[in-house]
This record gives sequence, structure tokens and C-alpha cells, in this order.
Amino acid sequence: MIERIKIWGARSTRWGILGILTFFFAFPFVWMLITTFKQTSDLYDLKHNPFLFYEWPTFEHIHRLFYETLYGQWLINTAFVGVLVVLITLVLAVPAGYALTRLTGNWGAKLGIGIFLTYLVPPTLLFIPLSRVVVNLHLDDSLWSLVLIYPTFTVPFSAWLMMGFFKAIPKDVEEAAMIDGCSRLGAFVKVVVPISLSGILTVAIFSFTLVMQEFVYAVTFISSVRNMTVGVGVPTFLVHGDVYFWGSLMAGCFIASVPIAILYNFFVDRFIAGFTMGAVK
Amino acid sequence: MKSPVPIAPAAQSSVAEQKRGFAILDSERWLGPLLIGPAVIYIFLLVGVPFFMALYYSVSNTTTGGGTMGFVGLRNFTAVIGTPKFQTALKNTIVFGLISQAVILVLSNALALALQHEFPGRRLIRFLILLPWVAPISIGTIAWLWIFDSTYSVLNWMLRLAGLIHGQGYMWLGLPHLAMGSVIAVHVWRQLPLATVILLAGHSSIPQDIHDAAAVDGAGFWRHFFQITLPLILPISLVALLFGLIFTFTDMVIIYNLTRGGPFDTTQVLASLAFYTGIAGGDLAEGAAIALFLFPLLLAVALGFLIIAHRSEVT
Repeated sequence: MIERIKIWGARSTRWGILGILTFFFAFPFVWMLITTFKQTSDLYDLKHNPFLFYEWPTFEHIHRLFYETLYGQWLINTAFVGVLVVLITLVLAVPAGYALTRLTGNWGAKLGIGIFLTYLVPPTLLFIPLSRVVVNLHLDDSLWSLVLIYPTFTVPFSAWLMMGFFKAIPKDVEEAAMIDGCSRLGAFVKVVVPISLSGILTVAIFSFTLVMQEFVYAVTFISSVRNMTVGVGVPTFLVHGDVYFWGSLMAGCFIASVPIAILYNFFVDRFIAGFTMGAVK
Repeated sequence: MKSPVPIAPAAQSSVAEQKRGFAILDSERWLGPLLIGPAVIYIFLLVGVPFFMALYYSVSNTTTGGGTMGFVGLRNFTAVIGTPKFQTALKNTIVFGLISQAVILVLSNALALALQHEFPGRRLIRFLILLPWVAPISIGTIAWLWIFDSTYSVLNWMLRLAGLIHGQGYMWLGLPHLAMGSVIAVHVWRQLPLATVILLAGHSSIPQDIHDAAAVDGAGFWRHFFQITLPLILPISLVALLFGLIFTFTDMVIIYNLTRGGPFDTTQVLASLAFYTGIAGGDLAEGAAIALFLFPLLLAVALGFLIIAHRSEVT
């Protein structure tokens, strides 16, 4: 009997914790979605229950977002920067991660930690000198400044993740290829890279989300509205500019956050595996 | 006494092995640096050099307009440290960091324990929990800006429905302590997912035998947690904590979007103050001095990280 009460107590505590925290986490996104489709008059009527639709759902906010603001352009800008940064990151970080796990021995492990530590030097420390660098290269107010600077945080992080993935590959795999006549480089390109493809894809997805997350550099280097990324355009231009429509704002938030989150969800287990392998083992 | 006949093939093969060994060694000697070189050069140029530039700015009188870069010693630091704005920001940074990390540590452990075992709906719940971390943070905070809206706050509406408040409701971002509380809540919302997922990985790395053995020995929930689980997940929770501290001390997005440091600088932290002084205010030198003030804190955190990495490598 007591045992049963205990089990019941544990179960309800668990669901209590999960229920309250899941509500806390997901609520802003639910609220974004509701706001997106509500008519303005319905939204601003204080007598209405904010969770119910008193008038028909509307697409006017989404329409305004795409036709009366530069939101579409911001999405394109973000994708442009994201794709280029992912490519640069892969070219720099994948070979580096491999060399650090297999070729450089003891000093490689130390260098690996050193590279990782640069990830901990924050944008809030670097944006001041980097703003000078960007001006001197005549890249101010250009998306290319972001393409140049963003790998500063994606490369260390990705090299670290790749180290975690490469460590998980048994050495025999390359040794077998090398006995078959491959050079070390050949074994890396022909054998190791293909079996690490899901790890590389994970790194690509995470670098892309890091680009979407970034705010400090984008707000510092980019000044004209046309060149903004979505993460900066929505809060600086839509909120503090002339357009102050909560419906369109929430539509902009929802479109920029939920699809990428769904994609990300597929890779999160691999991400955590690489992350903790690099860190702990 | 060995006859020369059997020696010869052995010597030959060892020479051949050595030759091959040298070839690999030679190629690997340049291959390693070649593969790692581009990344190291890139990081040196765009993280290393700017870092020393920041050090130099902090002891110069540089402004965004360019102009002279005269050496002024520690004048920027002494000038900055004396101002009440800086002292408030320093105090706020510490309050913000400690409270949010304490809350995250407790809640992430509770969540990881609750999510540890398979149950129907677990994947969906995990997806929902991860959302705040995955969504671009500057955009997530805009949703909170709307939730905290002074006139149409849905939070006030819910509290009114629950009978907890009457009339107008709270100005969530307009009153000093409430604004700090709101900013911390949003920060916890944003960072808790990462801490939870890291701890979940830690929990699932504990072999089931250990739990079973403890259960056989009759350990209760709390005893089990404090004497078995906690020591085993301590290294990985420290990793989560260190990451959390670094993100917390260096993040300004939430504050920039929600309160802009207000009301009356009560939510201004060092990172946001450095931004407002260095970029918005155009005083690169003072901005760099404020930003650099964070560095000893970060260094301490990074050293802690190194020690943990080192220790777990040894064991």
C-alpha cells in the first residue's frame, strides 16, 4: 500500500515538473502562433479571452510582413551568410578536427583545447576591435563582413565537435585502408570522411543555427535595413521602427524559429554525443 | 649462436618496415600541420589579433572616428571603474549570473531526472523543451516582449484569471526588481534546455547496474540521488555550468531587446554597457576597458574547464 502511494507520488511529481516546465518552454511559441492569425481588432480588445478567436483567423499579418517589410530579404540574407559560413567552417574545421585527433599526438590534444578555448572569447569582447577591422577592409554594412567574421565562433566549436566524432572511429579503419595502399590523406578523404558524413552534417546544421543565433556582430557591422539578417531585422527594425504590429512581428518570429527547430531536433542526439565526447573523453 | 641465413630476411623486412615507417612519419609530419594550419591561421588573425587589439584599445584613447591612438595607461579603467553606471552594471552582472545559474542547475537536474526513462510522449516533450534554445534568441525575446507588454500582457491576463492579481496588472519590464526578475526568467528559459540535454547525456552514461545495486541495497530516492547519481554526473554538470556562466556573462541580446538596460540601468550588465559605450557611444577605448573587465572572470571559468577536462582524461 505504502509502496503504491510512493510510486503514485513519484509519478505525479514527475508529470508535475514536466507539465509546468514544458508549458514555460513552449508557451511563447504557442502565443506567437495564436497572435499571428488573429485579426488586429480581436487582438487589441481587452475584454476578449486572448486564447480564443472571436473573429475569423487572418493572413493579413503574414501578407504585410512579406509585402510591406523587408522580411523576405532578411531571410535571403540570413540564408546567404549561413550557407557560406557553413562551407568555410567545414573546409577549416573538418581537416583540423581530424589532424587533432589522429596526427598530432600529445601537443594536438593541447592545441585542441586551446582552439576550443578561443570559442570562449566572447563577441562582446571582440566586436570592438573587429568593428575596426571590418571598416578597414571596407566591409562595413556588407553581408561579407559577417561571412568573414562568423567562422570565428563556428570553427572552434565545429573542430571540437569533429574531434568528438573522429575519436569514435576505430583506428583500424584507416590502418586497413593504408595497408591497402592509401596514403594517410587518401585514407582520410576516401574512408574517414564518408563514414563521418552524419557527423559532418551535424556540424553543418549547428553552424547554421549558430549563424541564425548571432546578434552582436550583426547589429554592430550592419547599418542599412536592406542588409540585415532576420535575427537583427525583426527586433531592431520591426520593433523599434515605424511598423509596430504585433501580429506581423509574431508571424516573423514564428517563421524564423520553428522550422529550423524541427530540423535541429533530428540532429540533437548526435550533437550531444560529439559535444560531450570532445569534452569528457 | 645465430646463423646468418635467418637473420637476413628479418633485417630486410625491418628495413622495409622502417622505410615505410619513415614515409608515413614524413608525410604525417607535414600532413598534420597542413590540415590544421588554415584553421589556426584564421583563428590567430581574427580572434588572436583582435584580442590584443582590445587589450591595446583599453589603454589608449581610441574612438570610432579613428584619430589618434595615444597611450593613456590605465586611465580608461580607472575612469570607468569610478562611475556609478559601471558599479551598477558589475553588481547586476553578478546578481544576474548567480541567480540564473542557481535556478538552471536545480531545474535542469529535476528535468533530466524526470526525462531519464522512456515513456510515451517523451520525444515530443523533449522537442518542446529544446525549442527556446534552438530558436534564434533575439527572436525568442521578441515573443517575451509581447508577453510582457504593458497593455496587452497575456501573463497579466492569466494571473487575473487565476485570481492572483486584480485590475491593471504588473509592468513587467518597467519596475526595477520586476524587470531584473523578468530578464532572469527569459535567460533561464533560453539556457535551461542546453543544460538539461547535457545532464541527460550524463545520466544516460551511468551504467544501469549501479542503479540496480543501489536499489537492492535499499537506498531511497534522495539518498540514491545524492550518493550515487550526483557524484557520477558532477563532471558533466560542471561542464554545463561553465558553459552557462560564460554565456551568461557575455550575453547582451536579452537585455538589449527587452529593457535596453533600463529602467534606470537596473538591468544593465557589463556586456550591454560595453556595447552601449563602445558602439552606440563611439568610445571604443572605454568600451574595450569595460568588455575586458569580464576577462579575468572568463579566464577563471576557462581554467576550471581545463582542469575538469584534464582530470577526466586521467581517470
